[in-house]
Amino acid sequence: MGKLFAIIVTIITIVSTAIFMSHHWMPPDFSQLGVGIDHQLAETMVTSGILFVAAQLVLATFVWRFADNNDQRKIKIFPGGATPMVVGAIILVGAEILALTLVGSKIWASIYVAPADPHSLKIDVQAEQFAYYFRYAGPDGKFGALHPELIDPSTGNFMGLDPANDTAARDDIVTATLAVPVNTPVVLELHAKDVSHAFYVPELRIQQDFVPGLVIPLHFTATRLTKSEIVCTQLCGLGHYNMRAYLEVLSADDFKKWLNDQSGQ
Amino acid sequence: MQKRTFPILAIALLVSSAASTKAGRFTATSAANGTVEGVINFTGTPPKMRPIDMAKEPTCAKQHATPVMTEAVTTDEGNTLKDVVVYVSAGDQGGTATEAVTYDQKGCQYIPHVAVLEANQPMDIYNHDQTSHNIHPMSKANPEWNKSQPPGSPPIHVTYAKPEFIPVKCNVHPWMHGYFAVLGTSHHAVSGNDGRFSLKGLPPGKYTLTAWQEKFGTQTQEVTVTSGGTAKANFTFKATPY
Repeated sequence: MGKLFAIIVTIITIVSTAIFMSHHWMPPDFSQLGVGIDHQLAETMVTSGILFVAAQLVLATFVWRFADNNDQRKIKIFPGGATPMVVGAIILVGAEILALTLVGSKIWASIYVAPADPHSLKIDVQAEQFAYYFRYAGPDGKFGALHPELIDPSTGNFMGLDPANDTAARDDIVTATLAVPVNTPVVLELHAKDVSHAFYVPELRIQQDFVPGLVIPLHFTATRLTKSEIVCTQLCGLGHYNMRAYLEVLSADDFKKWLNDQSGQ
Repeated sequence: MQKRTFPILAIALLVSSAASTKAGRFTATSAANGTVEGVINFTGTPPKMRPIDMAKEPTCAKQHATPVMTEAVTTDEGNTLKDVVVYVSAGDQGGTATEAVTYDQKGCQYIPHVAVLEANQPMDIYNHDQTSHNIHPMSKANPEWNKSQPPGSPPIHVTYAKPEFIPVKCNVHPWMHGYFAVLGTSHHAVSGNDGRFSLKGLPPGKYTLTAWQEKFGTQTQEVTVTSGGTAKANFTFKATPY
């Protein structure tokens, strides 16, 4: 019986590892930082994968060797009892996690700690139930101030601009699609109108929550002409499943044309 | 013979007095066949209508060959205004309609943009889209509610007891916006694409007409309707771009 169990454990370990390794789980990335993030993810998966396989095989070996042992010998115990074994395990696992954190912190910090390129294209992003709106500064390069009391979806004033009194707001361009020029650093300033939402583009390898009351910067550089989905990954209410927008990466010329088309409306 | 005539006369009198009660201060004998016609204009620069990007809702986006525009101020050549509600605000006795008004959610838009219903007149709200809507009329004088309506749901039946202009929004699609105009009269019209309206079936008399536009507010004027005649009543709103 013990030998059968050892064989099953070994088969499950080998088959599941093979299935996992035969598939590329992440969508192709098009972010400048994507290569580094994917490298870090792979490193983590390989390290923990080796430990997983080793642990399962050791378990199988021990079961194979000792499960059917009925020779009435006294069970040997770990020197010093269970305590040193538990302490040892915690130190070993802790060291592994700490090592991964230290190794991975550089790439993490390059997204969440390092400031955006000062020449980045700045885009204001508002998340609300259940849509995203994106604001470009327009020809004057300045964003108008936001006045939540002026929000009026009936006229398309989703963000609460005050074009009557605020000249900077008059040429602001508000869209429901996020278009960015390729190979250009972009910094998003995320703010929420109502509850918590999230900005997640798997292909960009970035994910960031919107927190009501905070303006959270998030930067990236898209490296390939493409179109992908922006999804909300923070349960935000009834229409959460349907909260999405599209990210379009355009050539510099197409982006100018697109922006011009949007402002002409 | 005289004995027979008397009850008939009495009935005729009763009927006519009932009719005169209903028609207010107007004579019972006159037919309700007067008309008020007019056109709604504006001066100044109205706000721009903006295209609505429905990309996030593909089932709706594909129903529109060209982008749908915001409808808060819909203008036409000749500076006319669409979706202005014109109704008798004084001189009339309240609505009597019992036929249900239909309000539709189609292509992620409210159709019509402004629905007129009389107090206590039933309304059926349909969802003809392949996506869930959550209709939320933000009433103040009447009880407020909001209801989710998944695709294929039966219509929602509602009535409003008190006259009120109720802004309507969808809690799922931020761009969806409309109005319920609950009126205390059975004489009302909504201006069409050319800004024209026509109120028919009015008994002769003096009336106060009110025109309501969701951004520009209300205007009133007095009209005198004669039997079988057509009175003219034009309204001009002052438009501002913001």
